Amino acid sequence: MSCRRKFIDKVMIFVPWLCVVVTVIPLISILGYLIYKGSQTLNVAFITQLPKPVGESGGGMANSIMGTGIVVGLAGIFGIPIGVLAGVYLAEFGKHTKLGWIVRFLADVLQGVPSIVIGIVAYTVVVVPMGNFSAYAGAVALAMMLIPFLTRTTEEAILTVPEDIKEAGLALGQPYWRIILGIVLRSARGPILTGIMLAIARIAGETAPLLFTALNNRFWHRGLNGPISTLTVQIYSYAIAPFNDWNAQAWSGALVLILLVTLLNILVRTVARSRYIERS
Amino acid sequence: MHQLPSKGKGATPSALSRSKMHETLLVGSVPDRVFKFVTATAAVVVLGLVSMIVFQLTTKSWESITRYGLAFITSDMWDPVFHEYGALPFIFGTVASSIIGLLIAVPASLGVAIFLSELAQKRIRRPVTFLVEVLASIPSVIYGLWGVFVLIPLIRSVQPFIQTRLGFLPFFQGPPFGYSLFTAGVILAIMIIPTITSLSRDALNAVPNHQREASLALGATRWETIWNVVLPYNKSGIIGAIMLGLGRALGETMAVTMVIGNQPEISMSIFMPAQTMASLIANEFNEATEAIHLSALIEIGFLLFLVTLTLNIIAKLLMIRVRGKGAHR
Repeated sequence: MSCRRKFIDKVMIFVPWLCVVVTVIPLISILGYLIYKGSQTLNVAFITQLPKPVGESGGGMANSIMGTGIVVGLAGIFGIPIGVLAGVYLAEFGKHTKLGWIVRFLADVLQGVPSIVIGIVAYTVVVVPMGNFSAYAGAVALAMMLIPFLTRTTEEAILTVPEDIKEAGLALGQPYWRIILGIVLRSARGPILTGIMLAIARIAGETAPLLFTALNNRFWHRGLNGPISTLTVQIYSYAIAPFNDWNAQAWSGALVLILLVTLLNILVRTVARSRYIERS
Repeated sequence: MHQLPSKGKGATPSALSRSKMHETLLVGSVPDRVFKFVTATAAVVVLGLVSMIVFQLTTKSWESITRYGLAFITSDMWDPVFHEYGALPFIFGTVASSIIGLLIAVPASLGVAIFLSELAQKRIRRPVTFLVEVLASIPSVIYGLWGVFVLIPLIRSVQPFIQTRLGFLPFFQGPPFGYSLFTAGVILAIMIIPTITSLSRDALNAVPNHQREASLALGATRWETIWNVVLPYNKSGIIGAIMLGLGRALGETMAVTMVIGNQPEISMSIFMPAQTMASLIANEFNEATEAIHLSALIEIGFLLFLVTLTLNIIAKLLMIRVRGKGAHR
């Protein structure tokens, strides 16, 4: 083997290593700054108090943290049943049907729709008819992002359940719906739960679809049919504001957000590892 | 004779007919039919959502579509006061920032993907995969925040360096604003690296081992094997991964809005501020009081929808080959 080829090989094999380092640097920088800057103004007041008026320091994002919980929770209530049931349809009834093929395809399409476009549609179908920005509108927008993801993960989860188990149920004379609910969904509950938590973590970090649906609110929300603050929108408005106080609080808000998202992700990992690893 | 379903590779056709048999034989009683109906309804909701998006975007932007026609995408005047709406600066901003993003992200992602599927030992593969996943799970508003307070100051200080070397080219001129196409491109690159990495790693994993072995047996070096055999073998999968990354970049809103400067200008230099379609919507939607303004903004959203839709469909067709195996690793 010529020296030149050997040399090129040595050099080029090194390049992917370099790519890994280059990719990891921004990650470390982001996480480092989040912890460093975020922890400076993070205190008990930050998670228990309302924002202070402009000019006064202190205060917190309690309303936004709660708002994120409410909007994401509502989105879950709207979206999880539909997503899971549609996934059941795809895996159990829609394997070879035209409807199954179309829905599978459209679920993938829907996952690729930019979130800001989802926000526009939620605005035209919820905000305009109801006449005001609301937690409902934000939840509808987030549910539209949650449903296709959950449909596909549920389908894939169910497809890992062996046919033999189903046949065992059939042999016991169980009706088909009981087999699906009692056996199939039960065996696939690990991956489905993982999918639900991943989906929740993902929509909790969404900002664009909430900008003109849930809007924002500097106070506690008054009912679900009114504007509500969310952590992401609040971080955005504080980050681009010209006040140092607010910028600092944006970092703390971001730290809280990333902690929530990471917590969900860790939960997913432990759930997925501990109990359901042998299967599939 | 009735054949028992055999285990192993031959089981696929009989497994198919088995599941079909379950469906046809067993969905008979009333509760079963009700259950099937309920799940089918949920599936139809997914179909309904997509139809609703298309319907809403078309009807709500119809006023703007009929009034401006093709001029909407060829005109560069965007003036809500005089009801002049031309989307060209935003199309430019979207395309330019995404291309910059791809130029950075594609080599980096392919490098990481090659590392993960070809070079790394199991021990180090896992933490790297984990880090890439963490990168994917960071919300875009946090990327924006980091962009505003960390990346922009950095680029402001680096820019003069680049300009002393390459400043004679029109692409690198302009004062160091920090808020620029380039900053947006860098942020987009970081955001789409996880997407392209994980999908192209799947594509590389799907390359059968005998291909590598054959190449090595012919005396090729490791790098020659990767470059001449492994990468070309699943080209369509890798291109599909890049297109999905591009789709994400085009539609990305928050991080870009925060760092691109939001000026509807078309300039040669990557260091000048610009504005994308998504960031325009994010900025103006709440302030659009007149129907035609709103309609024009929704048309921008519609265009964005159509472009990402096309990209996703092409990517999906390209990646069908990858899906078969290697997708779960």
